[in-house]
Amino acid sequence: MLKINNLTKRFGGLAAVNNVSVEFPANQINAIIGPNGAGKTTFFNLVAGAMPPTEGSIEFNGVDITGLAPDRIARLGVARTFQTTMLFDKSTVLDNLIVGHRLRTQSRLWDVIINSKRLRVEEEKCRAKARETLDFVGLSHIADRYIADISQEERKRVAFALAMATDPELVLLDEPAGGINPEETVNLAALIRKMVDHGITVCLIEHKMDMIMSLADKILVLDHGEKIAEGTPDQIKNDPVVIEAYLGSDQDVEA
Amino acid sequence: MNRLVEFLVSPAMKILLIALALVFPFVAGDEYQIYVMALAFIWAIAAYGFNIITGYCGQLNLAHGGFFAIGAYVVAILTVDHGWAFWPAFVASMVAGAVFGFLVGVVSLRLKEHYFAIFTLCVGYIIYLLLDKWEEVTHGSLGIINITPPEGFGLIDFTETIPFYYLVLFFLVLAIWLCSRISNSLVGRTFRAIRTSDDLAQSLGINLMRNKVLAFVLSTVYAAGAGGLYAGVVRFIGPAEAEIQHTFDLITYMLVGGIGTLMGPLLGTLIIMWLTQFLQSLEEYRMIVFGPLLVLLVIFFPMGIIGSFLSWRGRRAARRSPAHKTLSRVTEDDQDDKNREAGNNA
Repeated sequence: MLKINNLTKRFGGLAAVNNVSVEFPANQINAIIGPNGAGKTTFFNLVAGAMPPTEGSIEFNGVDITGLAPDRIARLGVARTFQTTMLFDKSTVLDNLIVGHRLRTQSRLWDVIINSKRLRVEEEKCRAKARETLDFVGLSHIADRYIADISQEERKRVAFALAMATDPELVLLDEPAGGINPEETVNLAALIRKMVDHGITVCLIEHKMDMIMSLADKILVLDHGEKIAEGTPDQIKNDPVVIEAYLGSDQDVEA
Repeated sequence: MNRLVEFLVSPAMKILLIALALVFPFVAGDEYQIYVMALAFIWAIAAYGFNIITGYCGQLNLAHGGFFAIGAYVVAILTVDHGWAFWPAFVASMVAGAVFGFLVGVVSLRLKEHYFAIFTLCVGYIIYLLLDKWEEVTHGSLGIINITPPEGFGLIDFTETIPFYYLVLFFLVLAIWLCSRISNSLVGRTFRAIRTSDDLAQSLGINLMRNKVLAFVLSTVYAAGAGGLYAGVVRFIGPAEAEIQHTFDLITYMLVGGIGTLMGPLLGTLIIMWLTQFLQSLEEYRMIVFGPLLVLLVIFFPMGIIGSFLSWRGRRAARRSPAHKTLSRVTEDDQDDKNREAGNNA
């Protein structure tokens, strides 16, 4: 599904991601963990095309997507959510979601001026998609609420729905459980599992270890930009290198 | 109360507004008031263009007034120096707005946020300098006089105030109509996604550059078209049309009315233009009245008059709707969509 070869990203002298090779199989939950500053978000940015890698290649479904623009990659079927959920506060939940399916439509300015049939059909399609994804994440009842008025957990779910509206095959979730309470975290984990059950491959960054260990099928551990381990939760739990990276030795006090 | 609120966002309200605008010349006290109203409409058209790039797409283009001046100068130069009739020159002004808008947009939109604003501020000043210094083409600081008014083809005399008022009103309605089409469409939603966040929009598969340039060109066509009309009614223009002051006036219009809303630019333009007229006797001191009013507005109604109204109405509707709607009631949901669209139209 997603195949990464020798991926490297340097910012000046600092290698935020250093020579990482990994393969994420389809239809499962792949987690990326690591201490703060390990290069996890940079790794996501590289996969999503938000920045070009210095070296290495990224293959998605057998297609080389290295260095493609993020909107191209999104159209190929990679969706993502961000650490800080970005939604349009002054608009309703449903209104926020309608644009999510835009990338599967063709209407241009000319369609708008003449109010073409294509535009009407596509707008209906986007609206239906928005309702469908809102239903999927279990928020149909707050479709008309303003984003500014909903809870943090609901915002996370709306961000999920927005990613789902792009009809993705792979979804990258950057700290989906950040800033929400344990009970909500369990519910969100169930939602992530539900996404996989619907044929979507999930890749997530997370700090909540309980969640990761019970949820992930495969884990990649990064530290200082380098891959230090990969495997099933059980393998990772008992890996001495991982334990050292997390508990730290003397020089490992960077935040 | 409820019925009043719904009336304000209903199609009937639009018809009422147009009807009011149509009868205005007959109830206006004198011709000067009609003239002021026509000028306000022209600035409102420019404000609608500004609203597309800044209100919808979130890019603060400080060269907007410069594009207004380009439109005015294209009409002036073509009619006075090259003997063109007004209408072809008017079309040419919009084409020029599109061409210059495209060239400036392709370069400047590579920059983000305040860097974009600073860059376009410079572009606006360069436009001013060109108009002021390139004497062979622009007549320099003397400006251009005796610009050809719009031809009425023997039927109407557009040098008269009232016919010109209706001409401007026609273009204003056209401008608002197109804006409403864009605003509610997938294209408008695309612009708004970009305003929310560049990164988010890209992750949704939106081509940033293409959509930003589209919004930019639309806005400069509006500005240049408004400038062309302005040249046709005032019939005398100078480099002062390109001064940054006009751009900031337009920003004020949008902020007062409600940036990113459909009726905000019109309401803001009318309020400020008429307030300026009423306070004319105070001359420069009128800023003492304006300043505090603007500060209060920004503190208490940061979304402008229309923006605050719509958000108040939306919250009210959300509170009243049953907390848990069942999904099967599709027809009712559709009805809700229609109501909301009506709301967006306000």
